[in-house]
Amino acid sequence: MEGWDTTTKSTLTQIPLLTTKAGPRDGALWTQRLKEEYKALIAYTGMNKSNDNDWFRISAANPEGTRWTGKCWYVHNLLKYEFDLQFDIPVTYPATAPEIELPELDGKTHKMYRGGKICLTVHFKPLWAKNCPRFGIAHALCLGLAPWLAAEVPILVDSGMIKHKDDAATSAQ
Amino acid sequence: MEEELKGMVEDLQVLKGSLATLEKRVQNVTSLAKTTPTRRSKVKDMSSEVIDSNPYSRLMALQRMGIVENYEQIRDFSVAIVGVGGVGSVAAEMLTRCGIGRLLLYDYDTVELANMNRLFFRPEQVGMTKTDAAVHTLSEINPDVVLESYTMNITTVKGFETFTESLQNKKFSTSKHGTGVDLVLSCVDNYEARMAVNQACNELGQTWMESGVSEDAVSGHIQLLVPGETACFACAPPLVVASGVDERTLKREGVCAASLPTTMGVVAGLLVQNTLKYLLGFGQVSPYLGYNSLKDFFPTMEMKPNPQCSNSACLNRQKEYILAKPARDASAKAKMEAEASSQTEGPLHLDNEWNISVVDDSEIEGSTSNKSDALPEGLVRELPISDNYENKMIPVETNAVTDDLDYLRKQLDALNAD
Ligand SMILES: [Zn+2]
Repeated sequence: MEGWDTTTKSTLTQIPLLTTKAGPRDGALWTQRLKEEYKALIAYTGMNKSNDNDWFRISAANPEGTRWTGKCWYVHNLLKYEFDLQFDIPVTYPATAPEIELPELDGKTHKMYRGGKICLTVHFKPLWAKNCPRFGIAHALCLGLAPWLAAEVPILVDSGMIKHKDDAATSAQ
Repeated sequence: MEEELKGMVEDLQVLKGSLATLEKRVQNVTSLAKTTPTRRSKVKDMSSEVIDSNPYSRLMALQRMGIVENYEQIRDFSVAIVGVGGVGSVAAEMLTRCGIGRLLLYDYDTVELANMNRLFFRPEQVGMTKTDAAVHTLSEINPDVVLESYTMNITTVKGFETFTESLQNKKFSTSKHGTGVDLVLSCVDNYEARMAVNQACNELGQTWMESGVSEDAVSGHIQLLVPGETACFACAPPLVVASGVDERTLKREGVCAASLPTTMGVVAGLLVQNTLKYLLGFGQVSPYLGYNSLKDFFPTMEMKPNPQCSNSACLNRQKEYILAKPARDASAKAKMEAEASSQTEGPLHLDNEWNISVVDDSEIEGSTSNKSDALPEGLVRELPISDNYENKMIPVETNAVTDDLDYLRKQLDALNAD
């Protein structure tokens, strides 16, 4: 597993794997998959909390579980930066990973595709493809979003592209 | 009550948002329409008369020269272009100038100044949806073409539904495989969207062509996909043209993707050339053609479908194709004999060994014949296939008590609440 730090790797191994290969157009099988997604997310969120590394909230935005919204945050220089987080489950899921979006950062960094989709490392898609259908939403967040935030938020803050909400409020007055 | 009100307020916000977007689109299109220069009127029949005022004289000359048997047939064809970016917009313009019957355009993006290093879109179109801007320009170039635009993302459940429905709309004509379009051209820039096009075409038995430009902008490819007959996009991990530069020295830090109007223009040209050959029945239609711009190297190959493909629609099309073999053999026999002299190499067996590493520079120049299970020189697999990833990971336990969706949803909500 080239391309990830040891913490990410060890966290990943503790997220439960999924078994049902089904996408949002697969009816009852998708419901089965959705249950597995929840179990993996519950385990991952719980694990983060007990390790004092809570860093996101995510929940289904529709009953079908095809759209997910939430928040994610990253602490840099003791300040917490929080962003809206959203993605759709693609019709070809889980063969293709969800494309994670941080709409507030759209246009603020080169490490992003149009519409605020985060640019994953060259290692992400091969690993996802290799592990289909065992990886789910929780794995995508762990392998995709967490390292992205760790790499990009400090750059965005230091270059002045984003401001801490307290700073922003002060300067606006 | 409170929840309901909150929901209604949210709905209202969403509606306001889409109303504003729609108003902006109306404004953009209206202001552009006002500046439109005089348009030529529609042409009833394609004339081969060589006069300045005939837009089709040079195209009809293809017929006189014996390249194309019946050029005017082009007016009966419908082509769907998915992705109206650097490749798709240029492909659309080429087909429009060729006098294609009907074009369906799909994209969810808007024109940005950052697109100006590519062809087709103009600075005054910044802010318009790519589909609206394209329809505006294309209808000016050739009012004979029937244009339809779909501003949406085909990878979402809803977008995908609209996409497949639009491909089946037979109001213009019915294609030979029973959909409403003769060919789908995939001009998207990501794997997710390609897989969505693949899914739709496998389900509909729709022939399509895939195109792509590498993220380093120096190589590209086109590929013909006939469900059941050739490999589908999911049959094997996607092929990419090795740029010949050492991947380890490629600086990817700081940017996701580069783009060049040249590479995109070349790929669009190759794609539309293959499209014209396929539709009008001349020359040889390439099953796969790669383009390595650094070495001006064009690898080609053929790919058979994978009987273990993970896509069930692909497997169904493969079965149908095998069942139709006797009829196909009979009708093709005479034709095969006539064309025996212009045979290409036999198809390659690609059932295994996906993990082929970057071809060594020294091997590219050689002209060694392809080993049966190896890729042609200059081509590599972009992704590995799913394997039994060796990792001591915990499988999800199945427990009847906790195996309820609402229960799980509430459990996550509870975790999210504190
Ligand atoms: Zn297939």
